[in-house]
Amino acid sequence: MIELGNVTKVYKMGKVEVYALRGINLSIKQGEMVSIVGASGSGKSTLLNVIGCLDRPTSGRYLFDGDDVGKLNDNKLAEMRNKKFGFVFQDYNLLSRASALSNVELPLIYSSSRKKNKQAMEALERVGLGARAKHKPTELSGGEQQRVAIARALVNSPALILADEPTGNLDSASTAEIISIFRQLNGDGITVVIVTHEKDIAAQTQRIIRLRDGEIISDETVS
Amino acid sequence: MKLINSFVIAIRSLSANKLRSSLTMLGIIIGVGAVITLMSVGRGAQASITSVFEQMGTNVLYVMSRSPGVEGLGGMSPVFVTPTLTMDDVKALERIPSVVAVLPVNENFVKVTAGGESKTAIIHGSTPEYLEVYNYSLASGQFIAERNVASRDRVAVLGDEVAEELFGSDDPIGERVKMKGQRFTVIGVLEAKGGAMMGVSMDNIVVTPITTFQTRLFTQQTASGEDAVQSISLKVASTEAIDEVREEIEPVLRKRHRLSADEENDFAIVSQEQILSLVGQVTGVFTIFLGAIAGISLLVGGIGIMNIMLVSVTERTREIGVRKAVGAKRRDILLQFLLESAMLSFAGGGIGIIGGWLLSRLISRISIGGMTIQAVVSPDIVILAISVSVFIGLASGIYPAMRAARLNPIDALHYG
Repeated sequence: MIELGNVTKVYKMGKVEVYALRGINLSIKQGEMVSIVGASGSGKSTLLNVIGCLDRPTSGRYLFDGDDVGKLNDNKLAEMRNKKFGFVFQDYNLLSRASALSNVELPLIYSSSRKKNKQAMEALERVGLGARAKHKPTELSGGEQQRVAIARALVNSPALILADEPTGNLDSASTAEIISIFRQLNGDGITVVIVTHEKDIAAQTQRIIRLRDGEIISDETVS
Repeated sequence: MKLINSFVIAIRSLSANKLRSSLTMLGIIIGVGAVITLMSVGRGAQASITSVFEQMGTNVLYVMSRSPGVEGLGGMSPVFVTPTLTMDDVKALERIPSVVAVLPVNENFVKVTAGGESKTAIIHGSTPEYLEVYNYSLASGQFIAERNVASRDRVAVLGDEVAEELFGSDDPIGERVKMKGQRFTVIGVLEAKGGAMMGVSMDNIVVTPITTFQTRLFTQQTASGEDAVQSISLKVASTEAIDEVREEIEPVLRKRHRLSADEENDFAIVSQEQILSLVGQVTGVFTIFLGAIAGISLLVGGIGIMNIMLVSVTERTREIGVRKAVGAKRRDILLQFLLESAMLSFAGGGIGIIGGWLLSRLISRISIGGMTIQAVVSPDIVILAISVSVFIGLASGIYPAMRAARLNPIDALHYG
């Protein structure tokens, strides 16, 4: 599903060039549940952003389902983000003035779906928040907000869910809840990639990729 | 994404910030309202002034004193001119064929008092032909007769407004009024005419014999010591004869004023048409000037929208990031912000039009010194105001919208 070949990402800070990724070679198959771990600044978030087409690599090749992502224009990338990927962020990134349901509907607005309400409601029910559809994010707990964000990520039936420190702001009970939702989604056939620095969470995935200074230092599959 | 979705997004985000949205609109409301009001008042003033001149018909010529060597209108202004016309000129002009009536008119402001009441009015010194040339009719009593002119009688005919002000519902005929310390007998009252000339109501008028005006009220002499006539109106049999008469006036007056061949005319002949076009020019400039003032406030309103939209882009950077992360394209973001500013200015423009229309209706009801301006909100002004406000909305929205659309999703998400 995902093939990264010698991918680098360089940021220019004034005159200094900072290497966030140095020659990443990685392949992720459909249905996998992968965690990317490493210290802060190791490049794990950058890697996730590149995989999710939020960011373009400086060099290297990225094939998604056999398509060369580097050759796609911005509009095509937006379509990919809309149809193929679902994002979950550490600080939820919900629209604070919109209800949970409207937040979940957001990706559907950009994909001209006819049954927005129904689809969004189904996604909310899938994360166990059907009863709180009309609530605003400020009226929900952190764990609930993150579940809304997950509902938003999966409303367009993506092939891949990308989560960047999804439990970074949550207590242990909520964390367990979120991780179990991810496992469930993975059980339904969705590929899940989680960036985390918590060992416990990484331990619950099937494959752990360790990054340091923009390079993969280990890639182990847990049975 | 369908356009309707963009509308929904824009409406949602505008109604999420109701106070800010309405304050932003206020700039456009005031701007458009001002444009509508001021331009319609300008047009109304133009129309009312023009109609006064048109009422007199196009078959009228005016002869005025003119100082040779003084260029343009200054040469005809009573302030700079030594009067050159006399009653003998009037008599000479009467002999020109195709001339129906020749009317000398001297004009000034005067304070008229009767009993305890007083009113400042325009006073015209003239002759019996006045009614015909100026299109007045008599409501009661009689008008000035030849014998009044011949014997410089202290008689006055009052305009409707003056009669109303001084005598109320009483019949003024035979009563006395005082002007410049002298008593005058009221012999007639004019029918109300409506309309105004240069900001003064045409019913706020007193007419006396020209000879009385010249000798008892406002004396003014020509260089040779004769009693002066300020202006002479000639009513010509038909509009076609205007040019012909105009050419005949010149030699008659030149001969009477004993001007040698190399001397310039010491008088000017002006046609109604010339006056109309001049009035049109002046009031046109006036209207444009008013419109420009209003336009500035519209511009300020537009800058207000741009400012708010820029703030909004910065404030909503994360939102833009989220939208892009879930699949919004550049075009979607551009459209959203553009629609927001367009809707703000369109709604503001709509409210401004209604407000401006109401205001100009209100102004039409107010009478200033006996004059009312019929402010006319014509479709072209409305179309102008709408298109300017939509243009301003789009122009002020496009830069913030482009900034929003260009944001890199990852930078936008990590903002703040």
